Amino acid sequence: MTQFLQQLINGLSLGSIYALIALGYTMVYGILKLINFAHGEVFMVGAYTGLYAAGALGVAGFEASNRSFPLYLAVLVLIIAMAAAALLGVTIEFLAYRPVRSAPRLTPLITAIGVSLFLQNAGMLLFSPNPQRYPAILSEVRFELFGVIVTNIKLTIFVVALALMLGLHLFVQRTWTGRAMRALSFNIDAAKLMGIDTNRVIRSTFAIGSALAAAGGILFGLDQITINPLMGVLTGLKAFVAAVLGGIGSIPGAVVGGLLIGLAEQLTAGYLSPEYRDAITFLILILILLLKPEGLLGVVRVEKV
Amino acid sequence: MRAAVRLAIGVGVLLAIFALGLGVEAAFTEYVQRIILLAGINVILAVGLNLINGTTGQFSIGHAGFMAVGAYGTAFVGVQLAGPVHGVLGPGVLADAVIFSLALLAGALFAGISGLIVGMPSLRLRGDYLAVVTLGFGEIIRILFNNAKFLGSATGYFGDDPSGLPAYTNFFWVFAWVAAIVAAIHNLTFSQTGRSLTAIREDEIAAEAMATPTTRLKVTAFAISAAAAGIAGGLFAHMQAGVRPEDFRFEKSIDMIVMIIVGGLGSISGAILGGIFVAVSLELMRDLQQYRLVLYALLLIVIMIVRPQGLLGTRELHHLLRRKKAAQPATPTESA
Amino acid sequence: MRILRRTLISGLCATLLASAVGCKKTSEASGTGNATDASEIVIGHYASMTGSTAHFGQDTDRGARMAIEEANAAGGVLGKKLKLVTLDDRGDSAEAANAVSRLIDVEKVSAVLGEVASSLSLAGGRVAQRRKIPMISPTSTNPKVTEVGDYIFRVCFIDPFQGKVMATFARNNLKFDKVAILKDVKNDYSIGLADAFQKAFTAAGGTIVVEQSYAQGDTDFSAQVTAIRGTPAQAVFVPGYYSEVGTIARTADRLGLKVPLLGGDGWDSPDLFKIGGDAINGSYFSDHFAPDVATQKSQAFVANFTKKYGQAPTGLGALGYEAALVLMDAIKRAGKAEPSAIRDAIATTKDFEGVTGKITIDAQRNPEKSAVVLKIEGGKAKFETSIAP
Repeated sequence: MTQFLQQLINGLSLGSIYALIALGYTMVYGILKLINFAHGEVFMVGAYTGLYAAGALGVAGFEASNRSFPLYLAVLVLIIAMAAAALLGVTIEFLAYRPVRSAPRLTPLITAIGVSLFLQNAGMLLFSPNPQRYPAILSEVRFELFGVIVTNIKLTIFVVALALMLGLHLFVQRTWTGRAMRALSFNIDAAKLMGIDTNRVIRSTFAIGSALAAAGGILFGLDQITINPLMGVLTGLKAFVAAVLGGIGSIPGAVVGGLLIGLAEQLTAGYLSPEYRDAITFLILILILLLKPEGLLGVVRVEKV
Repeated sequence: MRAAVRLAIGVGVLLAIFALGLGVEAAFTEYVQRIILLAGINVILAVGLNLINGTTGQFSIGHAGFMAVGAYGTAFVGVQLAGPVHGVLGPGVLADAVIFSLALLAGALFAGISGLIVGMPSLRLRGDYLAVVTLGFGEIIRILFNNAKFLGSATGYFGDDPSGLPAYTNFFWVFAWVAAIVAAIHNLTFSQTGRSLTAIREDEIAAEAMATPTTRLKVTAFAISAAAAGIAGGLFAHMQAGVRPEDFRFEKSIDMIVMIIVGGLGSISGAILGGIFVAVSLELMRDLQQYRLVLYALLLIVIMIVRPQGLLGTRELHHLLRRKKAAQPATPTESA
Repeated sequence: MRILRRTLISGLCATLLASAVGCKKTSEASGTGNATDASEIVIGHYASMTGSTAHFGQDTDRGARMAIEEANAAGGVLGKKLKLVTLDDRGDSAEAANAVSRLIDVEKVSAVLGEVASSLSLAGGRVAQRRKIPMISPTSTNPKVTEVGDYIFRVCFIDPFQGKVMATFARNNLKFDKVAILKDVKNDYSIGLADAFQKAFTAAGGTIVVEQSYAQGDTDFSAQVTAIRGTPAQAVFVPGYYSEVGTIARTADRLGLKVPLLGGDGWDSPDLFKIGGDAINGSYFSDHFAPDVATQKSQAFVANFTKKYGQAPTGLGALGYEAALVLMDAIKRAGKAEPSAIRDAIATTKDFEGVTGKITIDAQRNPEKSAVVLKIEGGKAKFETSIAP
């Protein structure tokens, strides 16, 4: 039983990170009908920005003298990483996706794959292909509850992810830009006719999605102990599957999907075999697309001729 | 054309390839020969993938999985057959030829069947979803091979001999298959079936409305392209000491996509050029090795933005030549 | 507009091709001539310099390169300077074969060093054997590698021996009888070592309580660690690479799995301590040499490497260095840079003083080397015991 609970906790924390990344995928797809393959790499860049920002703010000194990194500096690192990722996301949109926005669906898909590959390999050149230890922006404290070990990092992941998701929900429901985003996801041409500056809204979408991914990246680094330039590849794909599972275009769907994928992966790794932890995600994708393509919380869209 | 004439041409082409092969082996170093063979294998991959991605417009990005199935299938069957066939025919070129042909056909069959299995559920999906599902299947196939103990799991399958798989692959085999597959797919593409495939690409719903059996055709095209990838895989395997799952990662699928994009999605001659381009450019760019993959990615992005139809678009080289001739006599425009 | 686009693209392609071909021409120009009568001796090295295992190839290359540069600074070998040509195989076996074939046909090497991964050594080794160019693998531990032919050698121990070392240590020194195994199934080194350990450990009367696995590149080991935590294992054998082992140790510590970890030479890297931190203390691994009981030669090597590259050498760097040393020694003894003479000289290497102790190449073209077992204490590896073949 304790093993099950342990796997459950691990799965939910992993799932929260997937949810954060999935939000970016789902928002972009909802508006542009484009799978932003490069989103996984934005997640990776966010994590590395956090690493370098923490280094610049002197985290090594704190670690060496066994003091904990001050909370306000940790928040600063988070903000820097989120801002950098937002900038990256917007730049990618401007340079690579906007020129092909009106092209047939295949073209932006290939462009997205190209951007993803570019960032992966540029990352290996810039950040060194070796895995690097993530700095202790949060010092680790362990508790044991009913035989299950929980660290404060896992709790932080839940809290931060929840807070960001709530924030996003409020943003999309209550603000003007949020409403514009929802309008664009219904019908982008009608939105233009309504006088909405679509380019600005799309930029915001990319910026917000990327910022969330960066937060996920930092949390991932804290939880997984090391990061490497290829960390975004598989994680990004799984987050995309999470978005599809929950219903692509649906924000609560991304959250639900992320948690489910995280759980499925952890339980498969624990009870079946770790070798199939990646395969199970793809299997879920195939099943959901065959059985309920609009996702768990999605809406069936009829294709009009 | 009458069957007898076709047969004569076929035999003639094979003999020409054989003679050319002898010439190449004499004239070039092993290093250059390897590049030529890899270019040929790339052509088979590209032309096969172009059938489903280009002509039929169904975007698959997991074809490395089928190449793996063909590679492992051919290698395994080849090793199993070696004993019995050598027993009957003794060692020598004839026995090797028999073993290799049978093994390649087996590999193609396995790959084709896996293409059917993957295609049937996947091809109900459209566009981006299909792409991701095929990617998933490609990875699943690779993970399965990685865990198959009787096929060597992560180390790979090296057959029974300590020096690895028998090196059957040579110029003749590669380019004989290139000729056969290009001819077959060319005939298919410019036939009635091919036109239906193009119709599916242009507007699938309209095609269905015209009573085209879209799902059946899509799955068939998918299986054929998988079988072609399987043959390429089998040829590839027997140039190597062994077959490893790591050789069929997502990067391989990306290489295949670059081949057909550069040449022009939907053009067979484009696919041929693209396949050659990838093999040759990888070697030429060797000195930029650190930046090789970065440049490849940039190339993909730039092509998509600046010239998404690649070199030839959906046209063929011989059509371009024909057009120049036809442009001479001025044709009066007809009223509708 | 179309004309402008077309010229832009053709211009871009032309520049790309030109730069590529231009670079190629310069490298070809410097590598022409038959190796045996040129003014320099050309040695090839094929490694994964890019791709997901790039750090292994780069580490090994640094070691080999330093050995060559030191030799050149001391006047070269047989009065000639040595040139090391490193080609990237991207971690792909077709590329490995291509790289070796290019080294032989274009760079005209007299001998080849490589590869790190056993499966890539098998791919490249076949080409080297067929063309009768001697090859020394610095770190491939799968026994099959040297079975490819009589031109293929290695300077590291093979899996069966290393597995037995740790099994013997666990059984006889630590007196454990229940051990769990956590192996990397994407890595043939890890699989081979795990198999060897299991055979030797059970033959010595121990039991393997559970076998868990992960894949190279994974970062999340909580599932496996949780599963092992529920068994009566007294230790966990983790024959993987340092990149994952450090994280595994931390995860084990975090999840309350308090038993020592055991491992092989794949652990050897300063990154292991950087990532593993305190969690890795109290664990043991087998290796080629102990830094604290080092010979003068290995101390000098570590110091020079750190000075030259700004980082301490990993086991891979040391073996790359050693492979190059063995090769250069063989060339010297052969008296000429002729491949078959070099091959014969390598085969008769006896008591050669490398950085990891004395090396003698046996009849199977593997080295007869003792292994040391190191214990990790206070963030450093300390000599614990030595086990001879």
